[in-house]
Amino acid sequence: MRERTQYLDESVKGFIIWSIIWGTIAVLVGILISLQLAWPQLNVAPYLTYGRLRPIHTNAGIFGWGIGSFIGLFFYITQRLTKTPLWSPGLARVTLWLFNIGIASAAVTLAMGINRTKEYAELEWPLAVVVAIIWVLFSVNVFMTIFNRKEEQMYVSLWYVMAALVGVTVLYVVNNLGVPLHLFKSYPIFAGTNDANVQWWYGHNAVAMVLTAPPLALFYYFLPKVTGNPIYSHRMGIIAFWSLIFMYLWTGAHHLLWTPVPDWIQTVAMAFSVMLIAPSWGAVMNGYLTMNGRWEQMKTNYLVKFLICGITFYGLQTLQGPMQSIRTFSAFIHYTDWVPGHVHMGTLGWVSMIIFAAIYYVATKMTDSEIYSVKLANTHFWLILIGQLIFSITMWIAGVQQGSMLLATNPDGSLHYSFMETMIAIFPYYKIRAISGFIYLAGLLLFIYNIYKTFQQNPASQTSKA
Amino acid sequence: MLEKNPVIFIILAFVVIMIGTTVTMIAPFKWINGAGDKIAEVKPYTPIQQEGRDIYMREGCNNCHSQTVRTLASDVERYGYGGTHSKSGEFIYDRPHLWGSRRTGPDLAHIGLKYTDPKGTWHRKHFENAQSVVPASNMPSYSFLNTPLSTKYSERKMKLLGFPYTQADLDDLKGKTEMDAIIAYMRKLGTDIPVKKAEAATVAPAVQKNPFTDLKAVEDEAKSLYKQHCASCHGEKREGTMGPALKGSAKSDAELYKIISQGIEANGMPAFASSLDEQKIWKLVTYIKLDTK
Repeated sequence: MRERTQYLDESVKGFIIWSIIWGTIAVLVGILISLQLAWPQLNVAPYLTYGRLRPIHTNAGIFGWGIGSFIGLFFYITQRLTKTPLWSPGLARVTLWLFNIGIASAAVTLAMGINRTKEYAELEWPLAVVVAIIWVLFSVNVFMTIFNRKEEQMYVSLWYVMAALVGVTVLYVVNNLGVPLHLFKSYPIFAGTNDANVQWWYGHNAVAMVLTAPPLALFYYFLPKVTGNPIYSHRMGIIAFWSLIFMYLWTGAHHLLWTPVPDWIQTVAMAFSVMLIAPSWGAVMNGYLTMNGRWEQMKTNYLVKFLICGITFYGLQTLQGPMQSIRTFSAFIHYTDWVPGHVHMGTLGWVSMIIFAAIYYVATKMTDSEIYSVKLANTHFWLILIGQLIFSITMWIAGVQQGSMLLATNPDGSLHYSFMETMIAIFPYYKIRAISGFIYLAGLLLFIYNIYKTFQQNPASQTSKA
Repeated sequence: MLEKNPVIFIILAFVVIMIGTTVTMIAPFKWINGAGDKIAEVKPYTPIQQEGRDIYMREGCNNCHSQTVRTLASDVERYGYGGTHSKSGEFIYDRPHLWGSRRTGPDLAHIGLKYTDPKGTWHRKHFENAQSVVPASNMPSYSFLNTPLSTKYSERKMKLLGFPYTQADLDDLKGKTEMDAIIAYMRKLGTDIPVKKAEAATVAPAVQKNPFTDLKAVEDEAKSLYKQHCASCHGEKREGTMGPALKGSAKSDAELYKIISQGIEANGMPAFASSLDEQKIWKLVTYIKLDTK
């Protein structure tokens, strides 16, 4: 109790709540666009067409849910790992305000068609500046807390946090370099093949610095906390960390195989993508071996389910990813629905499962109570697991089916199927995918209810820590 | 030491991420889009084409349509439309690139080679109501693009991008709709690259008579060629939709061959001589006349 009073968690709670709101919007928009792909008459022109909504879905998911919850949870774990209160709670409050204004404006402007079209960097320059400011304010706060720390040793989670702070800054700034035409339109300084190469250097490393390093930081912190087991190997953590952040930056061009990007860049990207299996699985094995002798917790502790299932999806993701980076396999599945299947295993499975566990844990700590309902949390777990698996598996099947149809030729060398025939073949999968979205949403709603009730159990918690 | 000094740690992490960045992202600036990539025939966008490109971006068309024909035979066959795979030099005026990452719709890098009709009849109908042309299509309706084109920034865009333009180009924008602009952009895509089109179209077929008299033997191939190249305008069952009905065509084999090969520009019928060889065109002729013989 003595310890808890020194931590400044007001913004932690704020970021968690708002990230859940944006995450829910991401899922709702995701369901809508999945329905639009099956039933095009659900497009409401011009604001609610697929082309304008899809960036809202990805931005709400990555920036709203992902980055929002990471900011909150990093404020939480940084204070605990450094045994130091947050450097500036005032700055954190400002960051939260800016974050919400930024994400809300992003949704509105994207619906208006103000869109740079570069994936995960769609926001036009004024909002890109806001995003950069949010990130810098957050980074300074975390870094100064680390700088002023009372605990000398920096735990591996803090390394991932700091790597993300630097990495995201570099990536985001470079990929957004442009010349403004007016307030709502700019043109990038890069053209054609250069722009594509920069974009996927950014795109793939956004996966590294936003959707890999931060959830790993959380995983390394929360798994020992939740299980009571120390992390299996600190040394393995060190090796995996440095090789991960070194190798990732070489791999962007695996999104551009068979395109006009120079062949050697593609080949280097392929090689490094395969090599990345090692550091990725370093983290996975560190997680599994931490459970040594305590595997019964998978049955008894609902949080362990989320964490271990999450790291398992990370392991599968980092095997499937390198596989897709090989030219021959890419020729087969690139541009098909296989890829959304892959991406959603990472986002719905790996990243979100870790965030869910972290938020459950933090909510109970902040209210100094137990979770409102373990039963609901378990139901939540199964619903999101089933929803995500149906999503990914149907999309993998659809991708393989469409990929093989697109490549099929007649004896005279002409193509066997028209493009439309390949689409007609996969429409049934689109309908199944939409159902999986509703299942995931049901799980998410149980989570929200459970967190709401948990926070309500101890309304005084807000004021108890000053 | 590293685990105890956050400043040194951050600097080192920065250095580590910059190694791969420098080799694979910064260094290539030296030659990508350089002299080796240049294709003399590739021209910058005109004001109306650039306006169309900006509408394409605004509507997020890149979320469903890619713009790179990969160096794969099936890609070239499906999306080359007589051209070959995409080359770096085709994109040097693209800010940003619009290569995309998902093909929920077909690749558009060379779509201008497919629909050559100057009036853009096919595109117009397809944008307004895709299902009227391709019944099973899941493309949304873009009839709302039938709205006057704003030309407020047209000249400034040309200046910012450094593209040449004339006053006539700008005057030409008057009275145009957003639909006109996006169609102008569609018609430009892929058309700069030299394709041996005119040459191929004038070459007389080596075999003057349809070599495929045994209909059954080529039916499967002919049918898929038909679906690939003809069905979107002439209907899945040759009943005619945008283009005329083909079932029971009274035209001779040689006449049909000529039309498919050279197209009828005034009607918007594309020429297929550059994308289909003689054998395939004859197979199509056979299929079109399937139950009239």
